[in-house]
Amino acid sequence: MSQSAFNVHLPLGTPTVDQFLGIPPHPTKCQATYIWIDGTGENLRNKTRTLNTRPVKVEDYPIWNYDGSSCGQAQGRDSDRYLKPAAVFPDPFLGGHNVLLLCDTYDHLMKPTATNHRAKCKEIMDKAAAHKPMFGMEQEYLMLDRDGYPLGWPKNGYPAPQGPYYCGVGANKVVGREIIETHYRACLAAGLEIAGTNAEVTPGQWEFQIGVCEGIAMGDQLWIARFLLHRVAEQFGVIISLDPKPQVTIGDWNGAGCHTNFSTETMRKPGGIAAINAACEKLSKTHKEDMKLYDPNGGRDNLRRLTGRHETSSVDLFTYGVANRGCSVRIPRQVHADQMGYLEDRRPSSNVDPYVVTASITRSTLLM
Amino acid sequence: MDRWRGFEEDYNQMMAHSSLKRKYEKISSVNSILDKYRHLDQSGLVQVKYVWIDGTGEFLRCKSKTFDFEPTSPDQLPIWNFDGTSTGQAIGDQSDVFIRPVALYRDPFRPGPNKLVLCETLDRNYDPTPTNNRKKCLEVMEKAKEQVPWFGLEQEYTLLDLDKHPYGWPKLGYPAPQEHKIRATVSDSPKKHPSQIVIRPYYCGVGADKVYGREIVEAHYRACMYAGIRISGTNAETMPAQWEFQIGPCEGIEAGDQLVMARFILHRVCEDFGVVCTLDPKPILGDWNGAGCHCNFSTKGMRESGGYPEIETAVRKLSEVHHQHIAYYDPHGGRDNERRLTGAHETETIDAFSYGVANRSCSVRIPKQVFDDQCGYFEDRRPSSNCDPYNVTAALVKTCCLKGDERKLSLTYVPNF
Repeated sequence: MSQSAFNVHLPLGTPTVDQFLGIPPHPTKCQATYIWIDGTGENLRNKTRTLNTRPVKVEDYPIWNYDGSSCGQAQGRDSDRYLKPAAVFPDPFLGGHNVLLLCDTYDHLMKPTATNHRAKCKEIMDKAAAHKPMFGMEQEYLMLDRDGYPLGWPKNGYPAPQGPYYCGVGANKVVGREIIETHYRACLAAGLEIAGTNAEVTPGQWEFQIGVCEGIAMGDQLWIARFLLHRVAEQFGVIISLDPKPQVTIGDWNGAGCHTNFSTETMRKPGGIAAINAACEKLSKTHKEDMKLYDPNGGRDNLRRLTGRHETSSVDLFTYGVANRGCSVRIPRQVHADQMGYLEDRRPSSNVDPYVVTASITRSTLLM
Repeated sequence: MDRWRGFEEDYNQMMAHSSLKRKYEKISSVNSILDKYRHLDQSGLVQVKYVWIDGTGEFLRCKSKTFDFEPTSPDQLPIWNFDGTSTGQAIGDQSDVFIRPVALYRDPFRPGPNKLVLCETLDRNYDPTPTNNRKKCLEVMEKAKEQVPWFGLEQEYTLLDLDKHPYGWPKLGYPAPQEHKIRATVSDSPKKHPSQIVIRPYYCGVGADKVYGREIVEAHYRACMYAGIRISGTNAETMPAQWEFQIGPCEGIEAGDQLVMARFILHRVCEDFGVVCTLDPKPILGDWNGAGCHCNFSTKGMRESGGYPEIETAVRKLSEVHHQHIAYYDPHGGRDNERRLTGAHETETIDAFSYGVANRSCSVRIPKQVFDDQCGYFEDRRPSSNCDPYNVTAALVKTCCLKGDERKLSLTYVPNF
């Protein structure tokens, strides 16, 4: 009996459409939802406040504060932490003049907190601005039922082996499509550069891509996209896991990554393949340090995922190759044919901080 | 709001699936009511259940008759008959098929003087029906009598729930894989240090997450012992819900008789538990073991000290008639074994013959102990779990013990690919 209390009913169908009971958004006031990354470096927090009118620029939004000690970012005695709005997006759920504000977090001396990597990323992007670094990130994730077990998997058991699920259609191939379709719309409504979606290799696993974004916008947009994903799934009673290799998927099941595509202006011009190869060589030199940065736990999460099997590279060796999904960096076949384009870093974990990975690649290839 | 409506629907769905659980509970309570009647005095009369193989060559039938004496040998019991058109053993107006008692056992399901009697099926001319391979087997065993052929049969089987899904498996899904790797803690020799070693957690396992249906195996073991079957052992097998029992060593025709009756007892015990036993050689496709009926065989010559060359000679003879044997090793001329003998999961491929000491990926395995002792027996790993043991034992004796025309096997397997 207790089991069915945690079973969402599949298909998820349509939840209550009008949670507001017909009440329209306020005609003039602005509900601003402040969103920030907490002390884990991977979880998001949010709270909402009312503003009399919607400010014009992101700088016009007030700095706010919150209880850092409840977010693993402060002790009780000096618990206030500051939220400084960094990017603003229209709120796809609340509509009207309402906004989502991606914030970064500061201590009482206005120093960035430990997991505020945006500040450092902004510095690096400003320095490298002339190269016009552009990014696209492929976010993979696993849907879980409220009991923490993968959505659609038989309880205390496993589905048929993977093979038919990638880009699949059918109730025996995919679950939770309602969430990704709603998320796709929400991202478009929020003005994000959502490039696409697909069902992934492990049943219950999906992917969306954000890109192409320049510089700091990549990190901003991916974090907001993640917030929207968790928020949409919440409505359906489903949990989103960004763990790169949940315990239950140990065995013959794919893990989840966040492949990061990168290019500079030079790479995008004819003959740019030379710059791409040069960038790969540079990345090979910072491999060990990069692996520590490619998940929020010093590389420990990625160790569980990068086994060399299931289309992953191994942790110890940096490799790159054309069309090779078993390498650390893959140069797409089309790019090789055109002799220009971009590269795909396949190492980052699904729970990577996009500020960290974009800053790291930019610094390794352009500033060192 | 929808979330709570979902709850109710989930509840109803779960109760629908638990109808299987409720059937099980109903059967258990029915059995305890039955006890009341089972212990009633029988007024000096005896129940004898006639058991026979039907027209499929793999399924069994039974019906009971009352006698006013307790039989001590099958000859004391009369030939009976049944409706062959219901069992695929007769057509049209000539529906009667005879059942002739051949082996007598105590009935573990009816305590007291009651018996189970294994029968062979005969047509109206008292000739064996097509799936009665016992008569030919008996003739073969008679011819090879001086060589004293012994058999040990390892019967593997899978337990299924009433919805045909393996018993104990998660509904609409699979348990954890039957094989994975662990860090090697033991190395064979200093030279080779495998960092990882294969482990199969269900084989001979213990624990509610490792084995399903031990109660059936225990009940079957005791029932066979009571009945007078020479059951030599049991173990849990590689796939969860899969088990094995062994019959033997039996001489000549006994092997076939005892295995068929042991199978009957197994089906009957499963019936009491509301579970189904399948002898299909490959019940689940994918990375799951199939089921076989490995046949261990020896003659007096092989068992005697220094008998190893006899074993090698026998295995060489087998290698020359591989396709013929395959035709006798399942009830469909090899088609069933095609699904099981793939070369994976401790089998050799169906179209190849191989043998080796201690090698479970071969057609024939010679146990290491036998090699060390330089005498003993060998294990033919090819027979399917649903094989006709009369066919298997007769084929082995023909090839290994008889000479000339008497060795001829008339059927041969033709590959389907």
